[in-house]
Amino acid sequence: MSVVEISGLTKQFGETTALQRIELEIAEREFVSLIGPSGCGKSTLLRIVGDLIEPTSGTVTVNGKPARQARTDRDYGIVFQDPVLYDWRTVAKNVALPLEMARWSRQRRNERVQKMLELVELQGFENHRPWQLSGGMQQRVSIARALSFDPSLLLMDEPFGALDEMTRERLNMELLSIWDASGSTIVFVTHSIAEAVFLSTRVVVMSPRPGRVSEVIPIDLPQPRTATTREEPRFFELVTRVREALHLGHDLDRPAPAAKEATA
Amino acid sequence: MFLVVLAALWGLWEGYRWLWIHEGWTWPFVVDDTTMPHLYDIFAALWGSASPGGVGPRLITVLGKGALFTAKEAAAGFALGAIVGFTLGVLLAQFRLLQRGLLPWVVASQTVPILVVAPMVVVWANPKLPSGLKDWGAVALIAAYLTFFPVTVNTIRGLQSADRRALELMRSYAAGNWRILWKLRFPAALPYIFAALKIGATASVVGALIGELPSSIPNGLGAQIINFSQYYSTEPRGLWATNVVAAALGISFFLVIVLVEKLVVRRAPENLV
Repeated sequence: MSVVEISGLTKQFGETTALQRIELEIAEREFVSLIGPSGCGKSTLLRIVGDLIEPTSGTVTVNGKPARQARTDRDYGIVFQDPVLYDWRTVAKNVALPLEMARWSRQRRNERVQKMLELVELQGFENHRPWQLSGGMQQRVSIARALSFDPSLLLMDEPFGALDEMTRERLNMELLSIWDASGSTIVFVTHSIAEAVFLSTRVVVMSPRPGRVSEVIPIDLPQPRTATTREEPRFFELVTRVREALHLGHDLDRPAPAAKEATA
Repeated sequence: MFLVVLAALWGLWEGYRWLWIHEGWTWPFVVDDTTMPHLYDIFAALWGSASPGGVGPRLITVLGKGALFTAKEAAAGFALGAIVGFTLGVLLAQFRLLQRGLLPWVVASQTVPILVVAPMVVVWANPKLPSGLKDWGAVALIAAYLTFFPVTVNTIRGLQSADRRALELMRSYAAGNWRILWKLRFPAALPYIFAALKIGATASVVGALIGELPSSIPNGLGAQIINFSQYYSTEPRGLWATNVVAAALGISFFLVIVLVEKLVVRRAPENLV
């Protein structure tokens, strides 16, 4: 069974068509990246899957249920570009927040928080305040929080976009081992072609005005990915493939906008 | 730094006084021992006798008792105003329709001059108050009237200050409105609420003083203000001394709130108001 099924999905913001007739299926244990230029609707698509905004038409099912039902069943965890930690809570209490909402007992919460902090290698920082941590550490707390209640689906909106290249590559590796350990399905929005290729099992290339899927590229790099994956010829071939798909989607767009924007 | 400013203000007062007297300047007003007594005279007067005849208790004792009485009114008024203000703020923030309908009236309530409202409140409320609350309870109501407004406005603003993505996270945890209120909006609002409580704390003292004037309560600082202002032309130091004590009362109210804030609010340094 697919974890996410999107069919005929359209989203209008007033006159603007943010997403047009999106069709996408994501199977269990997949790591799917959405990539495209600004304004292609990739973040909007992610938010619709998470039932944070509603589509204008079309359907989204998560684990065979409507997105709304999946949200109230707490089927997915979400990570934004900013860590969005509560600065009045300690690191441990931040990770425990979704568990409190799910009314876990204190003891069960504490045990799980310990496990999650181990997973993201932040043992010993339980009682720190978020603002005492570096940006990369904060983002790891935010990932631990999203995974704390064991969601089957992880939605990530440019989670490493604000980090420097070194930290980003290290967190990429960490994310892959977390993905491997947790057994969840991941939908990942990014601007970085190399990041998308390195992490994903499939890359969904999107283009703007109106936002749509222009190509879906399977990434057949061997699993598990390692530090040397980025140096393999196949990696570069796929990066080139994705880049060309991005430019193609962009160029197709060229002649149309003048006319479209005039009417908008 | 605090002491430096204190010394500078003292120097400014005495310097201004000396210059105006020395040069014989009369604009904007004539400076002499009546309009601007020496500061050390004012503080010395605190240790002198309260009545011009030179008999009876020390002035500081009389004013201290008055200050305690006024503090009781102001504290009760502050507590009442803070609770009403916060509750109203929460309700108005949770229910937008209520906010649109009621907020203009909340604002209007503060455009009415408190000097007009104060005697009315005393006349209306006093007959209905139980004997333990008589007189000072009415004054506390006036203090509450001045306190609740900043608390309501800042509570609304603070509850709505929660980060949009933090709200989306709560949505993704399937949290209900009241849990979002308690776990996210309320902690996010605390710096705003404390900013309002600081304003309210000093306003409640002013409210209590103003409330005492028309209610002819003899026990508070308000009565001393009326008393000493009648003797101002012959004995200006009494009114100035009362002024100092009233200011000290307002400042101590403020400092209590600052202390509580330090104990309660745990936010990143950049998120403190």
